[in-house]
Amino acid sequence: MTTTEIKFGGLGGQGVILAGIITGKAAALFDNKEATLTQAFGPEARGSACSAQVVVSDTPILYPYVTRPRVLVSMSQDAYTKFSPQIAQGGMLLIEQDMVKPDPIPNEAKVFGVPATRIAEELGRRMILNIVMVGFFTSITKLVSVDAMRKAVEDSVPRGTTDLNLKAFDRGFQWGEKLIH
Amino acid sequence: MAADPRGVLTGQHYLDGNHAACEGALAAGCRFAAGYPITPSTEVVERIAQRFPTMGGVFIQMEDEIAASITLQGGVWAGKKALTVTSGPGFSLMMEHVGLAAITECPCVFVNVQRGGPSTGLPTLPGQADMMQARWGSHGDYEIIALCPQSPQECFDFAIKAFNLAETWRVPVMLMMDECVGHMTERVVIPNAEDIEVVERNFTKKKPGEYKPFDAGDGWVPEMAKAGDGYNLFVTGLTHDERGYPVMNHHAQEKLVHRLVDKIRKNADKICEWEEDGIEGAEVVVMSYGITSRVAQRGVEIAREQGIKVGTMRLIVAWPFPEKRVKQIAPTIKSFVMPELNYGQMVFELERCVAGMTRTVLVPHGGGEVHDPQVIANAIIEAARGKN
Repeated sequence: MTTTEIKFGGLGGQGVILAGIITGKAAALFDNKEATLTQAFGPEARGSACSAQVVVSDTPILYPYVTRPRVLVSMSQDAYTKFSPQIAQGGMLLIEQDMVKPDPIPNEAKVFGVPATRIAEELGRRMILNIVMVGFFTSITKLVSVDAMRKAVEDSVPRGTTDLNLKAFDRGFQWGEKLIH
Repeated sequence: MAADPRGVLTGQHYLDGNHAACEGALAAGCRFAAGYPITPSTEVVERIAQRFPTMGGVFIQMEDEIAASITLQGGVWAGKKALTVTSGPGFSLMMEHVGLAAITECPCVFVNVQRGGPSTGLPTLPGQADMMQARWGSHGDYEIIALCPQSPQECFDFAIKAFNLAETWRVPVMLMMDECVGHMTERVVIPNAEDIEVVERNFTKKKPGEYKPFDAGDGWVPEMAKAGDGYNLFVTGLTHDERGYPVMNHHAQEKLVHRLVDKIRKNADKICEWEEDGIEGAEVVVMSYGITSRVAQRGVEIAREQGIKVGTMRLIVAWPFPEKRVKQIAPTIKSFVMPELNYGQMVFELERCVAGMTRTVLVPHGGGEVHDPQVIANAIIEAARGKN
């Protein structure tokens, strides 16, 4: 891998930006890669579909924005509709499978689904679905190491919720592992 | 001197440029801030307001930017290192007080997270169109120093540098960020406090009665005193003598204003800072600053892949401008190429220094995003072929 563009999309309140921060932080602080996170700040960030964009690279990142994401993580139908046309040819589309019906599938993307909200609800907190997605992302993409991602989760979630969030991460990760093996 | 450990968040962090600039200011010893919130700069003072109570700093949210930029200077005369933070429209409102800081030699830092303009423009998107305003925005003759970070790490590093330069030269220093750098999150490494060099204020050791607040002696920069320490401090925007008392004639004007200008111009060699690469043997040299220098670097790589000999000159300090170095390079190359997120600002200063010795090509962009690196590469290639 040299440079990979990643985009996380979803509804405001789903923890989309935090999912991006955790991924960028894992790569930049715990995997010794370069990782640049940008996010939309305008009225578009307060509407239906918000996004966090992360560029991960082994070399210094010169162009900071994501234009053709190799990986699109979509947690809502709106985000799917808005962002999926940008996905790189043959890229990966990771979806919250109860929230997103990926039709049509753009640019011959490979689609991987996880019932992140249901898993989060089983664990008792619906709002940790973003961490389930982050775990799922880790197993499917292998872009950032599991250790780095778990450290970044610990480093980013509110105190007192670490165990729950790590459980959510592991459940998402396991779902992904089962899917690809 | 080393930094005060209370303000230094030693370690590796994943921070955006705005938060990193705040941490740089704290590490530099900033303990007073006045501001009025404005996108895309607000996160700087948000974090300052959160961090200050743990280290004895004071942040005041003022009624507007005019008030913020004068309150800032009250904080300085009370003995604190101080900053204010704003963006385009607020920067315009602050201009009167930039001049006041210049004539009263008030060491302070103005952070401008530039957005697209003019007027309200593009509040949430980047621009670099306040570069001339930073230099010339207030009336009268004066000089300032302006720094242009290209990453969150540099927002941290250059915030410290900004305070150090302000204290060294007793001038307002502009930290000219942009929305892209301000809202971009990357790894920021904050050293141990003892490894951060900070310049402390040069407080006078003279006794009250002997001390004159605007007497530079044989040097360029007068010593300072703190209001309330018993010194006779008279601080005015009027032209003044060494005591600070208003004197309304051309002799006093010449003595004061000439020194204000010359203390920067005649020391430009000590203040100017840039990075250069591949200048020797280059056909074209790309000059850039801030976020544009990163995107330009990609353009340079594309042009080099096509066999063009390209050098780069990245401004760390934009004002004062590295005139001497430009004059050395100009006769040796076919052209300078300068991309900016504006329709031509720093390129005018470049042209002035080049003085017809070579060509200068502007790669303009109105802001709202950054350049497409291919566009910069094309300009380089055409410049090498003498076609633009």
